[in-house]
Amino acid sequence: MKQSVSKKKNIVHFLLIFLICIITFVYLIPLFFIVHTSFKPWVHIRDYPPKILFKPTITSYIRIFTSRTPLPPGRAFSEEEVFNMKWYERLIYKDTNEEIVRKGDFPRRYLNSIIVVIGSTLTTIIIGTLAAYGFSRGKLKGKDDWLFFILTTRMLPPVVVVIPVFLMFRALNLTDTHIGLILLYTAFNVSFAVWVMKGFIDEIPIEYEEAAMVDGYTRFQVFRKIVVPQATTGIAATSVFCFIYAWNEYAFAFILSRKYAQTVPAWLPYQMGVLGYDWGAAAGGTFLFLLPAMIFTIILRKHLVRGITFGAIRK
Amino acid sequence: MSSRLKENQGSDMEAHYHSMSDKTLMRLFILPTLVLLISINVFPLFWSLFLSFTKYTAKMTNIWGKNPEMIGIANYARVLTDPEMWVKFITTAKYVIMSVAGEMILGFGFALLLQTKFKGRGFITTLLILPMTMSPVIVGLRWRLFYEPNWGMFNFLLGLGRIDWISDPSRNLYSIVIADVWMWTPFVMLLSLAGLSAVPKYLYEAAEIDRASWWFKFTRITLPMVYPILMLALIFRTIEAFKIFDLPMGITGRGAMAPPLLSMHLYNVSFVTWNTSFGSSIGYIMLIMVLAITLIFVKYLNKAKQ
Repeated sequence: MKQSVSKKKNIVHFLLIFLICIITFVYLIPLFFIVHTSFKPWVHIRDYPPKILFKPTITSYIRIFTSRTPLPPGRAFSEEEVFNMKWYERLIYKDTNEEIVRKGDFPRRYLNSIIVVIGSTLTTIIIGTLAAYGFSRGKLKGKDDWLFFILTTRMLPPVVVVIPVFLMFRALNLTDTHIGLILLYTAFNVSFAVWVMKGFIDEIPIEYEEAAMVDGYTRFQVFRKIVVPQATTGIAATSVFCFIYAWNEYAFAFILSRKYAQTVPAWLPYQMGVLGYDWGAAAGGTFLFLLPAMIFTIILRKHLVRGITFGAIRK
Repeated sequence: MSSRLKENQGSDMEAHYHSMSDKTLMRLFILPTLVLLISINVFPLFWSLFLSFTKYTAKMTNIWGKNPEMIGIANYARVLTDPEMWVKFITTAKYVIMSVAGEMILGFGFALLLQTKFKGRGFITTLLILPMTMSPVIVGLRWRLFYEPNWGMFNFLLGLGRIDWISDPSRNLYSIVIADVWMWTPFVMLLSLAGLSAVPKYLYEAAEIDRASWWFKFTRITLPMVYPILMLALIFRTIEAFKIFDLPMGITGRGAMAPPLLSMHLYNVSFVTWNTSFGSSIGYIMLIMVLAITLIFVKYLNKAKQ
């Protein structure tokens, strides 16, 4: 009797795991097809029914890194010319019958994303940690009201904030500059950083600091030599969150950058080539763009809940 | 003797100086953040509050060229009486309700399933979380490819034939809802998992002794215990869904194919037809709504903390 109950339990357990695996598989299909499309040869991208199995090629990745022009009809390279081409030129020629003209815009946009994200994350962490320390240890009047005010700035819809910011940036000549985007992302991330960092700093026992103060440390020395080393985990986790937010941000980048400082999310959706929207190249770009955020998420897994609840839930 | 007195005096003064400076120093720690928030967030918002009571367009190279002209509350009156605007409000509400409901049900369901203990559970959870950390506009773009009526995977995998999910106005709202649910279900799942793992084990053990049914345990123990966290997830997702802009920009773009969502409309009014002052007034109405929901959010944030 007892044995049959546990057997039944085992079967249910097994079925549940099976169900979870199926759900995960179905759930990840859209993600899988980004990678899948990026390795598809040009001619197969618009096939119906869609081809699942094909010989993978990296021409999509070459296309996202280059700017090309189609060969005029009737013009074809001689065998010798094809032989003398660089390997990537040959691949492109064979795949889409195009000639590579110059380096594409993607590397530049990627670099812009990196500059803006690193700049804003660094400033956010510095001023955010300072403020979090102030809020955590200081006995200030109306602390909760200030914290609420700081949180609301994060909740505001970007499309609403962007109207006056657009006017302000235009007056200050900050439109389409890295500095402008860095300032804006810092302002949006700092509220988040203050909330999460405050949680981390609250957990550090205050006794060490008091002891150090008795020993004659100044507040700032205490902050630098005692609090910061103990808050490294929190600082790392918060930086990754700021990184992901700025890396993915679209509305501000789209409205406030046109060319010079444009980031990848603002640029990638509008890449109409001569041959129509190049889905293969876009998929390649998407994959390269998503990769850093995914890697960081996996590293960050333990602190994810804490981050998305603004430090309220500590696990 | 006199030198010792001096020393004492000195340290007294130093202590005095210390206690004076500490509070000021704490204010100094906070200052950079406040300065940044006030100059980048608050000041511009006051500017647009002013603009929302005027007639003004930003469409010119020199913004100081034409001055805003005061017209009182005419913009707000127009927002609230224009039937076109009400279509936008209702569509946005529909969007919020459908997507948040889908996310809550699926997310909590996934979390319950993931209570099963097995090897590789952490790995599966991580895989499921991935969509959430991707750029919404890029996710939208991928779903647009996925939805492509002639050769897209979505119709093919579901065996739907050539259904147009993007440019058909009766359907494109749902296509965005589906993508939104796909992207943000992990968010609810993650929060629910945190809530579920915080339920004390002895409650279940006690119920087990009383031979309580699964349903009883679920409604009397699980639900009440995770309720604050579920509310937190619900409110947060409501705010985010209300603001939705990136995802539809990726899927339908802002043009004729776009469903009438508030943010998209606000963008079109402010940056396509350049009716800056009218845009500001729509923005302010959205802002007040978001602030109201944020107040409730903070209430549950403090509750979840305990």
